Amino acid sequence: MTLAALPKSLTDNPRLDRWVGFEPDRTVRVATGKVELGQGVLTALVQIAAEELCVPPARVRLLSGVTAQSPDEGYTAGSRSIEESGTSIRLVCAEVRGLFLDHIAAALGCRPAELSVEDGAVLRDGAPTGFDYWSLNEKIDLARPATGRAPVRRPAEFRVIGQNLARVDLPAKIAGAAFVHDLDPPDLKHARVVRQPRRGAHLASLDDAAIRRALGDRVELVRDGDFLAVVADDETLAMKAVDIVRRHCVWEGGTPIPVDAGEPEFLAAQPSRDRVIESGAPRPSGNAARMLEATYSRPCIAHASLAPSCALASFADGRLTVWTHAQGVYQLRNALARALGLAAEQIVVTHRQGAGCYGHNGADDVALDAALVARRLPGRTVRVQWSRADELSAAPFGSPMTMRMQAALDAHGRPLDWTHEVWSAVHGQRPGMHGNVNLLAAAALPNAPSPPEPVDVPDAGGGGGTRNAATLYDFPRQRIVHHLLPQMPVRTSSLRTLGGFANVFAAECFMDELADEAGEDPVAYRLSLLSEPRARQVIETVARLAGWSGRGERGSGTGRGIGFARYKNKAGYCAVVAEVAVDETARLARMWCAVDGGLIINPDGARNQIEGGIVQAASWTLKEAVRFADGGVASITWDDYPILRFSEVPPVEIELIDAPDEPPLGLGEVAHGPTAAAIGNAVAHALGARIRNLPLTRERIMATVLAGT
Amino acid sequence: MSEGAEFIVNGRKVGVSVAGTTPLIDVLRNALGLRGTRFGCGLEQCGACMVLVDGEPVYACTREVGTVAGKTVTTVEGLARGEKLHPLQQAFLDEQAGQCGYCLSGILMSAKALLDRNPRPNRADIVAALDRHLCRCGVHNRIIRAVERAAAAHEATP
Repeated sequence: MTLAALPKSLTDNPRLDRWVGFEPDRTVRVATGKVELGQGVLTALVQIAAEELCVPPARVRLLSGVTAQSPDEGYTAGSRSIEESGTSIRLVCAEVRGLFLDHIAAALGCRPAELSVEDGAVLRDGAPTGFDYWSLNEKIDLARPATGRAPVRRPAEFRVIGQNLARVDLPAKIAGAAFVHDLDPPDLKHARVVRQPRRGAHLASLDDAAIRRALGDRVELVRDGDFLAVVADDETLAMKAVDIVRRHCVWEGGTPIPVDAGEPEFLAAQPSRDRVIESGAPRPSGNAARMLEATYSRPCIAHASLAPSCALASFADGRLTVWTHAQGVYQLRNALARALGLAAEQIVVTHRQGAGCYGHNGADDVALDAALVARRLPGRTVRVQWSRADELSAAPFGSPMTMRMQAALDAHGRPLDWTHEVWSAVHGQRPGMHGNVNLLAAAALPNAPSPPEPVDVPDAGGGGGTRNAATLYDFPRQRIVHHLLPQMPVRTSSLRTLGGFANVFAAECFMDELADEAGEDPVAYRLSLLSEPRARQVIETVARLAGWSGRGERGSGTGRGIGFARYKNKAGYCAVVAEVAVDETARLARMWCAVDGGLIINPDGARNQIEGGIVQAASWTLKEAVRFADGGVASITWDDYPILRFSEVPPVEIELIDAPDEPPLGLGEVAHGPTAAAIGNAVAHALGARIRNLPLTRERIMATVLAGT
Repeated sequence: MSEGAEFIVNGRKVGVSVAGTTPLIDVLRNALGLRGTRFGCGLEQCGACMVLVDGEPVYACTREVGTVAGKTVTTVEGLARGEKLHPLQQAFLDEQAGQCGYCLSGILMSAKALLDRNPRPNRADIVAALDRHLCRCGVHNRIIRAVERAAAAHEATP
């Protein structure tokens, strides 16, 4: 390992003592900039630290997501936590262990290789030396930059990595208070926001007298431009007040959302910034025997986290303290500083767990809501919790996308030329990205600066609308045409996989269409165009798991389909097979999945993430679409925005490919795209006709069936 | 308007002086400090707030506290006996049946009501009992296995 290979987290936060310290109670403090979002990352990081320091996991105390204390590792996003924080912690802990051993070897006049560590105590040829990390703590200066040169433990030596360590956060969650929502400081004030009904709407009038008559003086109003909140000591009263106040507000102007804002026709009609990415041969080689084209789409999708977003804030002595379930404490701190006109040093942001986070949701927004109210009530801690309706309508959505696929085929049905054309609203609009503040309430404040022209996630970062638009197949030539839609009337940003879900759905469904055209089996067709061994292995493995050869007849009402991708073309490899039964609706009968994630820190945690991804992606594929009406979001309850239920979740079988000598690859998002494609292909196989627009609802299935009769 | 209510929570008699129309969840969380009961939607659509009232699963987000006067309320904090976890809680840990965990306290309460009523549920019984609960992380299969495991553990106990 050379200096050049240091992960960015370590070059940004080079000092060893920033990451590791030995505490008087014989625990080890390990700091990470990554935060627990429900994905189990803290558990895996504990395992990595315990492995390299040779201590039991129970000795490791993780410090996660506190500004000025934990390292700044950017956002916890993009399936990068193990690759970034995990690799950094591994290198740091290996180096720290080496520094202690070098010191003791010098003291004992022996070679470091004669020494080993057992539960933090140093042994020489297996016998105690009397030295341990804690007794030598004063002697070893960790205020020095990491070199990344210390050898890490090899897979054959692993004692903790690769074990199914139980989740460190789960016991609290099955027992009682566990979330930011549950913090209970003294003198808590409860606030609720009366949200602008449309982006840019102006609060023209507010009937104070009527509100006073209804609520008396136990409710305070906090208004700052077009930001309006109610505050009370009593949470029940705050919730009641927000409905009453809303009825006495008159809003004017703002940008209404057209009813068809998520539809392909709407996207196609928007102004776009266009670019073409070409790879392979400069022009199609040979003469095309046939051309094939098909257009796919997905609508806006909501994060639909189970909890409404929540934050606490207190403002005292010119300092703001915020408790948040946001994905990046430093990024939130900096955005709050800009929105509030404070210096970053005046703000402390501390992460506390929220409900499952699948991307840029309302977590950052609600933190500004709480801060704005707290600024008016110095000395009091203010808690803001969104309503379910806000959670499903005010948080950013996953972008609507349209994908037009084209292939020029040779006489054997293999592509000479492959074009993936994508129309997409922006992804990746997190606070701080591309110069954005992008905290919802910031736009409601007086003299709010206009937001900069939206920029999508750069291709080097995995791309936004273009994520996974490039395939791993051996096509002689691939073209991606990216139509970025910068003027969408809907607030969009990062939702799990960004464009990857829709692009893999389109590309992998189109592969099935090409296989059909060639009269070949979809698995065999894929393998004939795929030389990368690890990619082939996940497809072959899932086909074996599922007993693919007995797929059955098209149009029989039951069907199987496959989908494959390597997430971002640089994280984990994943292939999924779905089996469905279709009558008026599509019912998932079984699913199988094979994943190559390189070195797996916690196999059970990996399986949990992968299966969760499959179930969530199945929900997006079969059920989910944000709906618009009357200029706003119409899907604001779970009845309007249904997700997959217990009775709809199929058994899932997962096989992890054993590859402990490979670097760890992100796993948290590998299954989404392949799942959508597998289901889409299975439904097409069952119906004998293809539905290309997501979600695959009863209405679309019925229309397809009727069109075929 | 403070008419108050007296009832039993997790075996303890409590009295609160709040309006009888106050949602039970607010009383549990804010007046009684039992913050394991979680707000999800306020509309009886997600199950995150499920508690037991006289042994039956009830949405605490809409249930008015006045209607539980004299009744017995059980929340997730009432499952364990001291340090000893309830078999359901132990089974959820054994199966690692959780990701974010926000849905779990409500699901545990519905599962307890199921096992109290039917100690040997089959998979379909479990699915039926949990179908009004939402889980967004996709942990459904593990949760079903955890309830099966708890039932099996109960059966194995003489």
